[in-house]
Amino acid sequence: MKKLLNKLLVNNAFNSILSSLIPILMGLLVGFVVMYIFNPEGAWPGFLTMLQGGLTDQARGIGQVLYYTTTYILVGLSVGFSFQNGLFNIGVIGQFTIAAYVAIIIGAKVTNLPGSVHWLVAMLGAGVAGAIWAAFPGLLKAFFNVSEIITTIMMNYISIYLVNYLVYTTHYDKSIVASAYIEKTALMPKLGLDKIFPGSSINSGLFIAIFVAIVMYIILYKTTFGYSLRSCGLNRDASQYAGINEKRNIFLVMIIAGFIAGLAGGINYQSSITKVYKISETFINEPGYSIPVALLGHSHPLGIIFSSFFIAHITVGGSLSQGYGFPVETVGIITAVIIYFSAFSLVFKNMLIKYFTRRKYRGSGSMIDAASELELELGAGVTDPDVIADTSTKL
Amino acid sequence: METLIFFLRQMLNFSIPLLIVAIGSMYSSRSGVVNIGLDGIMIMGAFTSFMFIRFTEGIMPPQLQIIIAIIISIATGLIFSLLHAFASINLNADQIISGQALNMFAPAFSVFAARIILGDSIISFRNFFIIEEIPFLSKIPFIGDILFRDVYLTTYLGFIVLIVANFVLYRTRFGLRLRACGEHPQAPDSVGINVRKFRYFGVMISGALGGLGGLVFVLPNSTNFNGQVSGYGFLALAVMIFGQWSPMKIFFASMFFGSLKTMSAIYSGLPFFNTLGIPSEFYKLMPYLITMIVLAFGPKGLTGPRAEGKPFQKGMS
Repeated sequence: MKKLLNKLLVNNAFNSILSSLIPILMGLLVGFVVMYIFNPEGAWPGFLTMLQGGLTDQARGIGQVLYYTTTYILVGLSVGFSFQNGLFNIGVIGQFTIAAYVAIIIGAKVTNLPGSVHWLVAMLGAGVAGAIWAAFPGLLKAFFNVSEIITTIMMNYISIYLVNYLVYTTHYDKSIVASAYIEKTALMPKLGLDKIFPGSSINSGLFIAIFVAIVMYIILYKTTFGYSLRSCGLNRDASQYAGINEKRNIFLVMIIAGFIAGLAGGINYQSSITKVYKISETFINEPGYSIPVALLGHSHPLGIIFSSFFIAHITVGGSLSQGYGFPVETVGIITAVIIYFSAFSLVFKNMLIKYFTRRKYRGSGSMIDAASELELELGAGVTDPDVIADTSTKL
Repeated sequence: METLIFFLRQMLNFSIPLLIVAIGSMYSSRSGVVNIGLDGIMIMGAFTSFMFIRFTEGIMPPQLQIIIAIIISIATGLIFSLLHAFASINLNADQIISGQALNMFAPAFSVFAARIILGDSIISFRNFFIIEEIPFLSKIPFIGDILFRDVYLTTYLGFIVLIVANFVLYRTRFGLRLRACGEHPQAPDSVGINVRKFRYFGVMISGALGGLGGLVFVLPNSTNFNGQVSGYGFLALAVMIFGQWSPMKIFFASMFFGSLKTMSAIYSGLPFFNTLGIPSEFYKLMPYLITMIVLAFGPKGLTGPRAEGKPFQKGMS
């Protein structure tokens, strides 16, 4: 039994999962406390409803969860991919917004395409738009050494005003203060998913998202390019010394991250005929979850699939808990707390390892020696790519 | 002349909060901690102080109300920033992520709490806080019109913060030690200065000024608070970088950005810009676009404190 436990603890994947669970539990706990303070009677049933997520709504609810999962996987991959290279793409919101506009405009105005490829063209167009939008911060980071954090945030604000203007002038429906509808042929194919999950917005985008995740896994872990990206993320100076073209990597990573965020924007706005771009001066909601998803999934493509599912689950649950007098923002609070605690998930991980190893060696005399020995042994595993290496990046 | 006075007065409304928050983030950076959570800290400061204003409306005289609101916003920012300080100083966490957590928490919490307490996500307030005229001083030509007529108490706070910052940072022992902790923490550590304590001070001052900045931003520019400060916390970071981490330069940078922001707000009132026929959205995106351009092509050597963002562990070189 002890052997098994020890083996588990040495296992890096197990550690990663464990150190993701702690932020989740803390997030849920703080969320519940906040709910309880503001509304003691409704807190418990509201909280339970949120935890049950889509399950309270049967097939429709599960379909809705999977629909949100689609977007979260893609935006999470975009952030996670940049994390792996030590960059921080906060600009998913901007890339998403621009891409949404491009998808809508192709979906509405380009009508001479055969119906079977119309959606594909719109979706890829959205991806390209996202890539172009992310190329600017990439260039500025690579050649002018301007922090991508500041530039992508500025690009987010620029995108809102720009898209508002473009929607106004090119494709505006006054009666709903939003963009007009797109053509039916530009909608994502349903592939019968709407039969399995009636009443939900689920579509084939889910498969595309999972496909992108798998491709990203292969790129990151099975190719030289991916290896050079990850090594830049772990130690920029060492990688440069080893002859890795860091500038090219930064630029490519931003473009790819932007493309994926763009796909998310396209797929999101091609999901149903009633999905329109609302004129507003605040950010779109969905891409805001990109950072928690990436952090919870430890920037690993497969981890991101699971964390997306979790966040989607409580998002749907959160909107259902409105019935108990709780605004949807409960989910925002919980995810913020999750991010906060995942900032030091590594500390948790080391604490856990120390705790378990101490127990193991209790009474053997040289307990501390043994613990530090085991830590040394774990050394390689403890420094995950989830440590975003370069916090020293000058703002 | 009239137009110029109008413009400058508007500009102060946008520049002063930028100045306060940028100087706040300067304290934090100078002590060696990156604080990108200022946007969230501003929102929390604005939230609590406007909740207070909302509930004491008509009960208290407005100027007393505003003084208490200032204290509340400072206290809120300070307490909220402790979360960031704890994560980044005690636990050596990733400072960008923990700062971003604050940015995500604040708007969600503010809308959540406002909805439950007031039944509406927007906290509206009646603005009785303007001081119409300050005797004698308002008689000074030009300056009197800008600074001592139709002005908010909070405007003066900006100047006080600036002068104090300049003094504290360069003329006091505290300032010297703070700067040392951000530049090369091993050096102050070797002579027995508690680096962690100074970094706590840095982050707490930035939190206090951030919270204050939230109040100062919303008060003259709006009649309600809707859980966001339109990215002012991030703009303030850009101002700080552009101002090269020094108070006087930050002052000029914030005036520059404030004037851009003013353009986007009042261009339709200026005859010249109104005839250009440029859509309003472009004026609105201009401050953000120019921030990017300035950061890319602006003065080179924009390097901050050397140990900024690097966790400090005692006994490690």
